[in-house]
Amino acid sequence: MLHTFVALVGDKPGVLTRVASLFRRLNINITSLTVGASERAAVSRMTIVADAPPTATHRIMASLYKLEDVIEVDDIDRFSSVSRELALIKVAANAQTRSHLFELANVFRARVVDLAPESLMVEMTGSASKIEGLLQVLVESGDTVLEVSRTGRMVMRRGHHTSRVLEALRDTSSTGKPGGAGIEPDLLDLVPEDLPEEATSAD
Amino acid sequence: MADISKQEPDNPKQRPAKLTGAEILWATLEGEGVREVFGYPGGAILPVYDALRKFPIKHILVRHEQGAVHMADGYARASGRVGVAMATSGPGATNMVTGIATAMLDSVPIVCITGNVSSKVLGSDAFQEVDITGITMPVTKHNYLVTRAEDIAPVVRDAFRVATTGRPGPVLIDITKDAQQATADFDFAAAAPPAAIAHPMLRAERAAIAEAAKMILESKRPVILAGYGIIKSGAEEQVRTLAERAELPVACTLLGLGSFPASHELNLGMMGMHGESWVNEAIQSADLLIACGMRFDDRVTGTLASYAPKAKKIHIDIDPAEINKNVRVDVALTGDLKVVLDNLLPLIPKRSGAPWLKTIRASKGTAAVRDITNLPDTGHLYAAHVIHDLWRETHGECVVATDVGQHQMWEAQYFKHEQARSLVTSGGLGTMGFALPAGIGAKVACPAKEVWVIAGDGGFQMTACELSTIAQEQLDINIAIINNGYLGMVRQWQEFFYEKNYQSSPILSPDFAILASAHSIPSATVRTRGEVLPAVREARKTRGPFLINFMVEKEESVYPMIPAGAALHEMIRRPQTPPRNPILESAEDE
Repeated sequence: MLHTFVALVGDKPGVLTRVASLFRRLNINITSLTVGASERAAVSRMTIVADAPPTATHRIMASLYKLEDVIEVDDIDRFSSVSRELALIKVAANAQTRSHLFELANVFRARVVDLAPESLMVEMTGSASKIEGLLQVLVESGDTVLEVSRTGRMVMRRGHHTSRVLEALRDTSSTGKPGGAGIEPDLLDLVPEDLPEEATSAD
Repeated sequence: MADISKQEPDNPKQRPAKLTGAEILWATLEGEGVREVFGYPGGAILPVYDALRKFPIKHILVRHEQGAVHMADGYARASGRVGVAMATSGPGATNMVTGIATAMLDSVPIVCITGNVSSKVLGSDAFQEVDITGITMPVTKHNYLVTRAEDIAPVVRDAFRVATTGRPGPVLIDITKDAQQATADFDFAAAAPPAAIAHPMLRAERAAIAEAAKMILESKRPVILAGYGIIKSGAEEQVRTLAERAELPVACTLLGLGSFPASHELNLGMMGMHGESWVNEAIQSADLLIACGMRFDDRVTGTLASYAPKAKKIHIDIDPAEINKNVRVDVALTGDLKVVLDNLLPLIPKRSGAPWLKTIRASKGTAAVRDITNLPDTGHLYAAHVIHDLWRETHGECVVATDVGQHQMWEAQYFKHEQARSLVTSGGLGTMGFALPAGIGAKVACPAKEVWVIAGDGGFQMTACELSTIAQEQLDINIAIINNGYLGMVRQWQEFFYEKNYQSSPILSPDFAILASAHSIPSATVRTRGEVLPAVREARKTRGPFLINFMVEKEESVYPMIPAGAALHEMIRRPQTPPRNPILESAEDE
């Protein structure tokens, strides 16, 4: 099964190797891995999707924590979360065949970002399944997909009560804005049903 | 450069000044309490060696960098202090890898320092350049590449923190030559690592501790599994209190020997592949295992499918990654063993374990008739006799460094370890060639203690060059070579599992007495049982090193033995009558 972990790691040379090497040692294939800046200075946030047996979660988490550069690991599968992936898709199209691609892009809330005489490029952000949906429709409608580049998924927990959230709320209460003081942590939990459809994780 | 070590000799920690990176390295090591370093100089670390004369740190020149790491390892195992090894770039660094992996597998706190080429040419395949941080990543707890002098002090201090906290382990620091030569401000105190963040997966909740206590009190056939973690945590007293109060028998892992006194009536002995039959039988029929600082290694469990099938398991370990790794446990208490037991002990009242202890004692009595030390003297010299006599003569009051193979198992069976840190041996990696350098490290760490190196004729030759180190340092180390003319454990496996096809296991050795005398080391050669004690006495009496070459029975095997992949109770036992030539007798399979 696919496991998703979000890890805060030090932003320094070799950290990616250490994390990747750990999965290699455990003989686990990394399905996708995205790294980028986080809200903290000199700290990156990684989303790691790995294909491993259902019982491997504890072992992977504990092993990640053994790396000195790993600050925090979240086993995101246990919580409701938002998952997004960016894909750039180049499709063969000329002046005659291009119009239905614009329609398709519209339906999938994708954007055409480049146009060439023989092809066009579509940019799409969404859950992995939505991107796969678009790719499938393209294939089924007889279009030739020339190139696909996907970032792999980035995942964020909904309403995760890190100490920073509570601190931030306390700050607003002290400046006189309502709602800050005495908030029970559980009240901050946003259930997926309360959110507009678009923001709901599709997978 | 002024002699800075003499300016403020009593207060190295407050010495803010502009120093070279090399000086900062030594000053930081000094501040961390380092008194000895094992190493081998070379081009990329020469600035560091050049600066050594200004600092009160002793450098022991080794003959091979693997030896330097084993010495640092033996130093750490014997004393509990961090061992430090040093080497140059390229081949110096790669020679350290086996030693580092040895320390990694047994969680030994050592710091290895390597020089590297100048940061300007890193990655250019410069002379003697190798990516040692890349190479050692899987066999270190953490490693660092340092390219700036100002980073040396914080990195070294952080390395000591990493090596010693949580589950200890080896750390490597690779310092480029330009970082050694550049200057920077040095402030030991300011370089302290930030306060550690609590590990979010370390937890031993009150409820889980109470559950563990309940399980202990309800159990009828409990066994404590005593591992190396007891010694690392310093929890010997707590384990002893727990065992005595609830009358729990204790089985030790190889590295756990010494964590619980061997002569204690609750100590069963060593478990596992070459553990005594009654120990493994007790584990197999136990209804509760209390694993203290051990990791259910395959050499301890046999095949997992049939391991302790009736037992509930409590696992206390500081490394959350060890929980449920090999054996699924019922209660996991992750944390420092000492702290966990301090919280558990108040919940344990006095309790009698008499019926269970009686059962174990009965099976021990049955097994004793097979014990080689209880067999009539046939005139043969068996390794077990040598080790048994050595133990009696020294009363076990010495540090023993063993190598890997048959003699290591005989030592574990016949040398009774009463004290923690009295056995230095490579368990996890099983590194041949470990004993001699590790023994040197132990002697340097504990000069007042008697040190015995016990090695086979095969393993001894792997690092025999360190005899020269012993001679140069005039270390008072006694060396016992258990010489059977074979790679004994390989031969035993070939006897049992490869139809006695002794392919490449007979090994020719030099005359070890002549080898010793080439190093001006006195020696004795022993061929009969009667010569054992006189030789041991002479070695102990001799100031400085002494080597004894014990010419033992060639084709003797270690019993009992659990074949790899078999269950813990499916052991091969010693044939009941002493065979004149054991090879002619087929192994009795029970």
